[in-house]
This record gives sequence, structure tokens and C-alpha cells, in this order.
Amino acid sequence: MNILERTIADLYENMPQVALFLGDYGLDPLERGITLGLWLESLPDEMYEDIGIDMQGLVENLEEYLLQQLMLQSGHLPVVNEITVIGGRDKSGTPEQLRLTLTRGSVTSIVGPTGSGKSRLLADIEWMAQCDTPTGRAILVNGEKPDPELRFSLEYKLVAQLSQNMNFVMDTTVAEFVAMHAESRMVENIAGVVEEIIMQANQLAGEPFSADTPVTSLSGGQSRALMIADTAFLSSSPVVLIDEIENAGIDRKRALSLLVRREKIVLMATHDPILALMADQRMVIRNGGIHRVITTTEREKENLTVLESFDNRLLALRTRLRNGELIEEVP
Amino acid sequence: MKLVTISGPPSSGKTAVLAGVIRSMIASGVKVGALKYDCLTTDDDAIFRSLGVPVQTGLSGNLCPDHYFVSNIEECLDWGFSQGLDFLLSESAGLCNRCAPHIKGVLAVCVIDNLMGATTPKKIGPMLKYADIVVITKGDIVSQAEREVFAFQVRRANPKARIMHVNGITGQGAAELASQFLNAPETTCLDGSRLRFSMPAALCSYCLGETRIGMEHQLGNIKRIKLKEEPIA
Repeated sequence: MNILERTIADLYENMPQVALFLGDYGLDPLERGITLGLWLESLPDEMYEDIGIDMQGLVENLEEYLLQQLMLQSGHLPVVNEITVIGGRDKSGTPEQLRLTLTRGSVTSIVGPTGSGKSRLLADIEWMAQCDTPTGRAILVNGEKPDPELRFSLEYKLVAQLSQNMNFVMDTTVAEFVAMHAESRMVENIAGVVEEIIMQANQLAGEPFSADTPVTSLSGGQSRALMIADTAFLSSSPVVLIDEIENAGIDRKRALSLLVRREKIVLMATHDPILALMADQRMVIRNGGIHRVITTTEREKENLTVLESFDNRLLALRTRLRNGELIEEVP
Repeated sequence: MKLVTISGPPSSGKTAVLAGVIRSMIASGVKVGALKYDCLTTDDDAIFRSLGVPVQTGLSGNLCPDHYFVSNIEECLDWGFSQGLDFLLSESAGLCNRCAPHIKGVLAVCVIDNLMGATTPKKIGPMLKYADIVVITKGDIVSQAEREVFAFQVRRANPKARIMHVNGITGQGAAELASQFLNAPETTCLDGSRLRFSMPAALCSYCLGETRIGMEHQLGNIKRIKLKEEPIA
């Protein structure tokens, strides 16, 4: 039945999105017995002038919004199992000669100097480039050329990003914040997801935080932990780019394994040898192009253990410093 | 020539986004010019000029910038033709959130940033609600979750628009936005064209320079606040 022919009482009872949508315009029908169409027609022109949209525009937007919500609920979007980067050329025009497939649950590190073209590579994946960006790369999803309209779908955004200079800016508690994200993703069991995310984030963070903590007062490590746990569970994007996660206050190994368990394609821009060697392979970016792809060798994996013991020694010093001890002997 | 109107709240990153778009457009060999409408003063013309594109600046002073824009856009369009431009990008600051600079048949872009808070999209009027493309900036400094929530709120405010993320600093997303500009409709003449929505009204004694406060000095289009009974706690 046409939405305009349904009564407001019926819509507010059965389609809470309608109330949310109208509420955004400051509209709150007091009379609930009449149909939405009649009510909207009864509103004076001056009111539409004030809210900055006319009745036709309002109805069109409402219908489009409900349609999109419906498509989101029915989960019609294709699942991304793998992404393939087909090489283009670097800044000098040298061909990349590469076909690299990234599968779910894999970790790839990206190395190369600042300005070497890491952002461009990410942008190519995000835009699902079809030889139409400066690099001439093409991106395949599940081995096929994706529908160009998907470039504009919010639910089909291929890349989620986490970087060091990201902060929470909303004035909410941790629980409210995660719930808000879950609502926008149309999750069914919101309370359960919120609890799970906070629990997982606490396992990653060095210092615990609670559901009532305001997000803006989380420490750097706690923020990063919450961002990672939230992205792992709630972001629809199959690819997660981690940009230089600092060592302090977060268990990076655990963070990576959480993302892998949640079947994310993890890309990690880093020059930290421990993180780089934790990855299955690393992409070397140079002069705007993918210079080569190195599979982490057995020997490197062995060295990772040595590097981790260095790291643990440094961490132990850090803890001693925090506890007010003297650092006169170094283990 | 293709005209594109770009508007957005102050400091949302319009100029940085356009600079990225212009670089990309120049690289693809088209001739671009820029118009910058501002209120009191602007240095942004220097940014556009440093990219090598011709620029015109219009300062509205004590007039509503929107009204100033619409009364001057035709002349600026003629200037664009005289320069032999393929694209004329018109940037105007939306100062009151009720701005409505978009024109029917002309590609309309609204630039807003992630730092404005999740409730902001609903507070922005026709500038956002009648835009064809909504560009969201400053995604590099907020969390992924906030970006997703913010984009969701933008979609609720304007479900038909294409939502794009552009990073004004690194330029990530600018080339993609430029590719959308290439598909903009041609504008040959604006005489007889219509705005997508009426602009904020202003016609009262204060518009004409009145500075005294009081009922007797209020003439014209005056609207009274509706004070409500507050329940006593």
C-alpha cells in the first residue's frame, strides 16, 4: 500500500524509520488518526519554506530512504570474497605487471616512503578503479568487474580505515556510540553486539574501560582498541587499512588476529618490522607503483620471534618507568 | 560549458576539495575556471590562481551571500564563456544552513565535514537536501564508525544524492569527484532557469540598516518566536 495512504498511527507503530525521518525535519504529527498524505497536505506552505523542502521533495526522499532501508535489510548486496588488483603504471609510466589477489582473512603490509603512492592504491581499491584513475589500475571483486553503481553505495564501501591521527569526536559514551553505529547498520541484536565489542576492545587495550566511559576521554590505546573491535564487528567494508598503529597501549598481535578471525582483508601501512613480518606478504610501493610483492619468508618468521623478544624487553622497561622505578640496568 | 555549484558550511573544506578536483581536471586536459563567492574577505582566489586557472571573486558584504550569488551568476557565466572555459566551478559559502544556491539542471554539490557531528546533516537545509552529490571531508581524523554513522545521517537527509568521501589534504577521492563533474549537464544560458528551492527570505527593517531594537522599529517580514510553557520541575 502507498505510504501516503497509511495512517500516521500505523506508520509510527510499524515503521519507526518514518518517525525518525520526519523527526529529522522537526515534524511530529500530533494527530495520528489521519493518513500521512492528508497530514502533509494540511501543512502550510510557510512551514515547508521554513524546513527547506517542499512536499513533493519530502515524499520522494522518504520513499527513496525507505526503499534503501529495505534493500539493506534484505541483504541483497553481493558478498566480497576476494579483491584483485590488476597493475597499471607508476608515476614514470613504467607498467606494474602484476595481478594480486587479496583474500578474506589475509594480512598484507604496505611499505614505502611517504608520498610513494599508498593513498593512491587505497583510493583505487575504494573506487574499484577500472583503468580510469591516474595509475590505470583495475580492481576486480570476486574475479569480476564490479557494477559501477556500487561505487556510491554506502554499504558496499570496500575500504575501512584506521589510522593514528583518528579520534572520536562525538559526545557520547562507549555504549551509546557503538549502539549508534549498530543502529545505522540495521543490526538486530544491538545490546549483544555492543557488549561483545566492548569486551573484545578491552582485551586489546592495555588499560580497561567501561561502557559508560565517554569516547572522547579514552586514551590513545583504548581508542584504537575500540576502533579496531568496532570495525571488526560492525563495518561492512571487507578491506581494513591500518595506518601505523603505535605500539603503546594496544595488543597489536591480538588486534590483527581479531580482524583475521572476522574475515577481513587486512592491509597495514607500516615500517615497524614486527608488524611487517606478522603479515603474510608485503607490498613495496615506489614512485606511485607497486614495485614488488614479497612473501614473508620462513627465515623472516623466525626473526619475528627474536624481534618480539626485543619488543617485550622494551615494554617491560616501559612498565617499570610507569611504576616509578629507576632504569639503571637494562636486561 | 558546464557549470557546477559547490556550497557548504564555512571551513568544511570546499576550497581544498575543489583544488584537488581542478588539479585532476587540468591533468585530463579540460579548461577550468573558478568563481568564489564569499562574505567579507577571501584569500582563496590565490589558491585557485596558483593552480593556473582564471578566477573571479565576489564579496557579498552585508547582503545575504545566497541572494548575491543568484543575482550575479549570469554575468559570471558570460565571463566563463568569454574565457573559453569547458568548466566553471562556482563555490559559495553557506552561512546560515538554510542556504539554497542550487539551480535546476546544473550539477549541485554540497561539501560537509565529519567533525560537524552526527546531528548536523538534518540541520542543513536545501544546500544539502537538494544537492546531487554530497562530499564528506575530514574523514582522516575521525573514527571509521563515525564516518559510517555520519554518512548514514547524510543519506537520511538526502537519500537521492551520491555520497563521496574526499580528503582535502591528500586529495584522495578528488579525481573520482572530478570524473563525476565530467558528466555534468551543459549550461548555455541561465535566463529563465529556476533555483531548486527558494532562498532564505529577508525583507525587514533590519535588512535596510535599522539598528534600533524594539517593536516600533520592526517592519516587513518579521517572525515571532513561539515560547512554550516549561513544566516546573
